[in-house]
Amino acid sequence: MTLPVNLLISGTQLLARKRQSFIAMLGVIFGIAMFIFMISFMKGVNNYIQDTMLSAIPDVHIYNDIRTDYTSSVTSIWLRNDPDKVVVVHHPRPEKVRLNLKNASLIISDLKTRSDVEVVSPLLSTQVFFNYGPVQLNGVLDGVNILEEARLFSLRERMMTGRAENLLTADKGILLGQGLADKLNVVRGDQVTLATPAGNSMRFRVVGTFSFGLSTVDNIKAYVSLSGVQQLLAKDHDYITDIRVKLKDINMARDLAVVCRKKYGYKSEDWESSNPSIKAGNLIRDTLTWVVSLTLLTVAGFGIYNIMNMVISSKMKDIAILKAQGFDGKDILMIFLSQSLVIGILGALAGLLLGFLLSYGLSRVPFPQTEFTFMKFFPVVFDIKYYFFGAGFGMLTTFVAGVLPARKAARVDPVAILRS
Amino acid sequence: MNEPILEATQLNKFFRLPEPFQVLKDISLSVQKGEFITIVGKSGCGKSSLLYLLSTLDTDYTGNLSINGSKVTGLNEHDLSGFRNEHIGFVFQFHYLLPEFTVLQNIMIPAMKLGKLSRQQIEHNAMQRLEEMGIRDVALKPSGKLSGGQQQRVAIARALINNPGIIMADEPTGNLDSNNTQIIFNIFRQLAQEGNTILAVTHDKDFAARSDRIIEMMDGRIIH
Repeated sequence: MTLPVNLLISGTQLLARKRQSFIAMLGVIFGIAMFIFMISFMKGVNNYIQDTMLSAIPDVHIYNDIRTDYTSSVTSIWLRNDPDKVVVVHHPRPEKVRLNLKNASLIISDLKTRSDVEVVSPLLSTQVFFNYGPVQLNGVLDGVNILEEARLFSLRERMMTGRAENLLTADKGILLGQGLADKLNVVRGDQVTLATPAGNSMRFRVVGTFSFGLSTVDNIKAYVSLSGVQQLLAKDHDYITDIRVKLKDINMARDLAVVCRKKYGYKSEDWESSNPSIKAGNLIRDTLTWVVSLTLLTVAGFGIYNIMNMVISSKMKDIAILKAQGFDGKDILMIFLSQSLVIGILGALAGLLLGFLLSYGLSRVPFPQTEFTFMKFFPVVFDIKYYFFGAGFGMLTTFVAGVLPARKAARVDPVAILRS
Repeated sequence: MNEPILEATQLNKFFRLPEPFQVLKDISLSVQKGEFITIVGKSGCGKSSLLYLLSTLDTDYTGNLSINGSKVTGLNEHDLSGFRNEHIGFVFQFHYLLPEFTVLQNIMIPAMKLGKLSRQQIEHNAMQRLEEMGIRDVALKPSGKLSGGQQQRVAIARALINNPGIIMADEPTGNLDSNNTQIIFNIFRQLAQEGNTILAVTHDKDFAARSDRIIEMMDGRIIH
């Protein structure tokens, strides 16, 4: 194989100062490795935090909000819309509120026909008191179709004792949050008594306990079947207050919420609107990661720039004689730019490998275990996208850092050097 | 053979810094093929400036310059580089060998740049040049491991590798002891006899005395 003479010169010079070339390369290696490592870890953290915070929040939540709009109140009927009269009503209150979704079964079957919807889970929720001797513990009782609820919130993985499906088979079974069960001092098989604010009460048998890793959920929530709550509240069997939806793509929630609001006329909330802090947290962590990573890569670029500048300063005579012998500015540019690019490309590849190894290493480090963490290892995301970006930006930095000194070399005036 | 290989007419050159100064004044010069010419003169008389101008390295001048029958005045940097590669061989006061390369590679580089022959052919020619210089045995040494006299002989071999029409030398013995100076003298003499055209700047009277023609300069003019 015969290398073009420019590359032969470039390669020979590069190999003649292995140490210097290697140190320049180390800058690129560490820059890119840290970029890969940080971005993989940060994305893992983002995903973990999002998963945890969203573990008890549906993608889209449809419910009947209490309206505070009383413009069509009794006054208009009494005063017959007389424009000469102004009526001010202080502190109006609704006469009668029914919080259920009137056409719930239609909405559910309609949502289930949509291709982007994964799970539709109806809910009838009520405040209850758990009787524990003389003490009454406040709680929330969710009446659900347990199979769908299990798919909505991955309940099966969150069961501490018993199984979610036990609700189907047991007569008047109840699943308790682990915190709640501990407070009530009950285990699977025990009975608990619930009372509603309206005064109805009923006994249920504990068939399992669950934990979401969120004390706000685990300490107050309990599941029974939909019909269980309907009986407790003395409502008919299509009385439903909420519909929760899980989507195939979580990012489509905002769009679907808008569609639902228009189509069904009930308040529809997507997870982003109800939890703006998740997005904000992600944005802050992402920004931090990118700023630090790009700084590292830029610093690596300055390393190459410095070393190539030094090399070129020490090679003025060689450049002059090459020019005298018939190499033009473009050849000289090629010779020195190719050296930077070789450093950049090899450094980028080695950096990607090191970055992958570091990320992999971290993903095998056990995460300190507590009662509420479900994470066995540090969260790390492996996404080829970031590897391409790291390599691309690394090479771009090297190119810019290499082209500036190389252009200086290309402009050397041989006469000025050879005469001195 | 009365065929001019280099013709210069009305060359003028100015230095602008540190203060405006005319270094070459209306120089006209013709070099015949096969001539061995030395340019002599006191320091600062403009003899080196003239050489760099004639060798196309310096393009900041007025006047006309033709080498090998083609006009080189006004060519762009790329074309001039190609022209030098093919038609001009350089020998300087210092050897300017590339330190990372072996002796053989240093000689081969201009020919590889020209790219008219295969690597094997170039290597063969380079070895032949070394043979002529009497230093065949150092071919594979790094260029930095040679003595000053050997390095200058390698530089001459490098200047000859593309069979240039004219060899330009700037004080080729200026940095050598008398023994090596003698060796380089003899090589130049030998090259002249073989029909090479040589244009050398020197302030060595003995060296000049052995050339075909001496051009003497003073204050930017050819006086003799």
